[in-house]
Amino acid sequence: MPHTLIQPEYRVEIDYDKCHKCGRCVQQCGWGVYSFNERPIPDDSKCRACHRCVTYCPAHCITIKKNDLALKENPNWPTDLRKAIWRQAETGGVMLTGMGNDKPYTSYFDHLVLDACQVTNPSIDPLREPMELRTFLGRKPDSVQVEANGTGGFKLKEGSEVSNNVELAAPIVFSPMSYGSVSLNVHKSLSMAAQRLGILMNTGEGGLHADLYPYQDNVIVQVASGRFGVTPEYLNRGAAIEIKVGQGAKPGIGGHLPGEKINKEVSQTRMIPQGSDAISPAPHHDIYSIEDLRQLIYSLKEASGYKPVGVKIATVHNVAAIASGIVRAGADYVYLDGFKGGTGAAPQIIRDHIGIPIEIAIAAVDQRLRDEGIRNQASIIAAGSIRSSADMAKAIALGADVVAIGSAALMALGCHLCQGCHTGCCSWGLTTQKPELTRRVDPEWGAERLTNLVHAWSHELQEILGALGVNAVESLRGSRERLRAVGLDEQTCKILGVKPAGM
Amino acid sequence: MTQSTQNNGPIEGYIKTPPSVTVEGDTARIDAQSVYYRNMNDSVRKLVADGVKNITLDHVNGQRYIGNGVSGKDVRIEVNGTAGNDMAMFMNGPTVEVFGNAQDGVGNTMNAGKVIVHGDAGDVLGYGMRGGKVFIKKDVGYRVGIHMKAYENLIPVMVCGGKARDFFGEYMAGGMLVLLGMNSQFEGPLVGGYVGTGMHGGVIYLRGEVEPWQCGREVGIFTADEEDMKTLGPVLKEYCDALDMDYDEVVSVPFTKLVPISHRPYGKMYTYL
Repeated sequence: MPHTLIQPEYRVEIDYDKCHKCGRCVQQCGWGVYSFNERPIPDDSKCRACHRCVTYCPAHCITIKKNDLALKENPNWPTDLRKAIWRQAETGGVMLTGMGNDKPYTSYFDHLVLDACQVTNPSIDPLREPMELRTFLGRKPDSVQVEANGTGGFKLKEGSEVSNNVELAAPIVFSPMSYGSVSLNVHKSLSMAAQRLGILMNTGEGGLHADLYPYQDNVIVQVASGRFGVTPEYLNRGAAIEIKVGQGAKPGIGGHLPGEKINKEVSQTRMIPQGSDAISPAPHHDIYSIEDLRQLIYSLKEASGYKPVGVKIATVHNVAAIASGIVRAGADYVYLDGFKGGTGAAPQIIRDHIGIPIEIAIAAVDQRLRDEGIRNQASIIAAGSIRSSADMAKAIALGADVVAIGSAALMALGCHLCQGCHTGCCSWGLTTQKPELTRRVDPEWGAERLTNLVHAWSHELQEILGALGVNAVESLRGSRERLRAVGLDEQTCKILGVKPAGM
Repeated sequence: MTQSTQNNGPIEGYIKTPPSVTVEGDTARIDAQSVYYRNMNDSVRKLVADGVKNITLDHVNGQRYIGNGVSGKDVRIEVNGTAGNDMAMFMNGPTVEVFGNAQDGVGNTMNAGKVIVHGDAGDVLGYGMRGGKVFIKKDVGYRVGIHMKAYENLIPVMVCGGKARDFFGEYMAGGMLVLLGMNSQFEGPLVGGYVGTGMHGGVIYLRGEVEPWQCGREVGIFTADEEDMKTLGPVLKEYCDALDMDYDEVVSVPFTKLVPISHRPYGKMYTYL
């Protein structure tokens, strides 16, 4: 028997008439596809179609094609299932993968359309009129008492307490991605961009590297079950603190950062030994109930001078009830991560089959919190495949305050969605700790691209708001009347709180 | 005191104003009787910031987060009464001594310092603890020493004088966890089941013996030898001095040593295309 039954997924074709024989493809490929013997010779079986070599080939002579193996067609047995069985029969292992769910589930965002003003109510031109995108992340009081400040404005009446909020220049933050799963240069790019944009990046659960201290006012520091790098100093550096309970790509399970990804710098930032696995237990073992969660929230507030503390969960069946508990436990924001959210590594079976879509979760949570009269007590961050400013606008209309982008941010830095993050060999230098690969991302270049992306989406959001005839993103939040469904069944429309188009 | 609870506040009847504090030089005394935890801990932090080194809390009755996030190697907090949950969480240097019992989460994610409890303590002690020492005189609950971890010169140590329940040293990634079984109010075994489940670093010492079925499959069971006593002995001496115990009696019974079989327990678990 051959050592594997699995045939290459792609074919690497080189037009040798055009090829300069320069060897750049050999040098660029992180997966070791190419060897060189007077000319580059590809090993198709190693190619992940990340297009690094294609992008950098000076002769444009490389083409990556799908290897059409013409296996007997059978919609009940897609090729990837057959391959997984062959691989598992060879190894006995759990299938691991990277990035978000790639199964063809319905995108509800693609079945929702936004409104615009015509004739009655004028639309607004955001190029000439003010259009407010500023968003405040955190708990809002039930009421405030104000008094004249003597200069024509108002101030809070003495004794009137307001919780700390974080001001965002636009309703976008970068999703948590830990140093360890991504490179330090990615973390630098994200934090520099967050500072320039007046938004936030998120450490994930890998600690805060000292190089990020200058950007700490634009950083959410995360506390997860492994408690990696969590010290009083860490908690006090962040603008806000986030308790990570779950992740959309792997609800209910913990994480194993493999020992070979834990080099000296990662080990120092996480404060764990080099080379041993960094294991995040599935639950926080000090949270078995809403009361325990409250205990941890207030412990973090006590240790940090009452900074905003958020809770990140994966969207699962009872997400509305869970979110209500989180808000009642005292969280300043709830971070909802939908089942299409990305990951540096997750068991494929978990990633592809657990959790519910973010669109449904936002609507269910927003409605539940409104029904209970506690929607003002926490902000909602929505994530899990926010792919464009349209997704962002629709998420906000469904009830989110802010969206978080992870996969889109990595794509801004070069990611081609090849789903090889877990291998640690990312040719684009993103999800790797190999120095020859990580140096491919210049933080200055990365920050500029991320800044461009968020600026572009912000402009587009302003255009959408202008078309809707409103002049602040506040006016869109939870305004489901400005959404209509196309091609969704009655029950789904009801859950989303959206009418079908034409009504 | 009424027992009704509100959504966003303390139990009714607590005093939500700063407690009475008497300061003499670098020593202070706080009367914590019925004082809301937030006001009590606020006062402690202010005193530490003002350079007070010795703080005594009287009439403590379940207030949470004592010493939470407090830094300063020479700070000493003395607790008279029953300390509440998450005592010494995120603590970075001080010594906290409790004359009474402590509850759950003592030394949670603690970085450095020392905790001495002259009584029992609850569940999930030393969760994710990275450094410092926790000495408990009597019995402890479930999941004690869970995910303790060592890093460079930070090596956390926890010694429990009584008996422990299930999942002792679960997920342990570093440090030293010791159980003596001496000052217990319970009949029955020294420790429950699932000892060291998922363990991938550090060492557990148990005074006496443990059955293999009580241990996680990730640990190897050995008898502590002279080499072990070179590191364990000084820890036990310090423990005995702190809690007024007889060292010779403590070491009169052989210790069992549990260490992980692998630092990469799940290294071969995965495959991919």
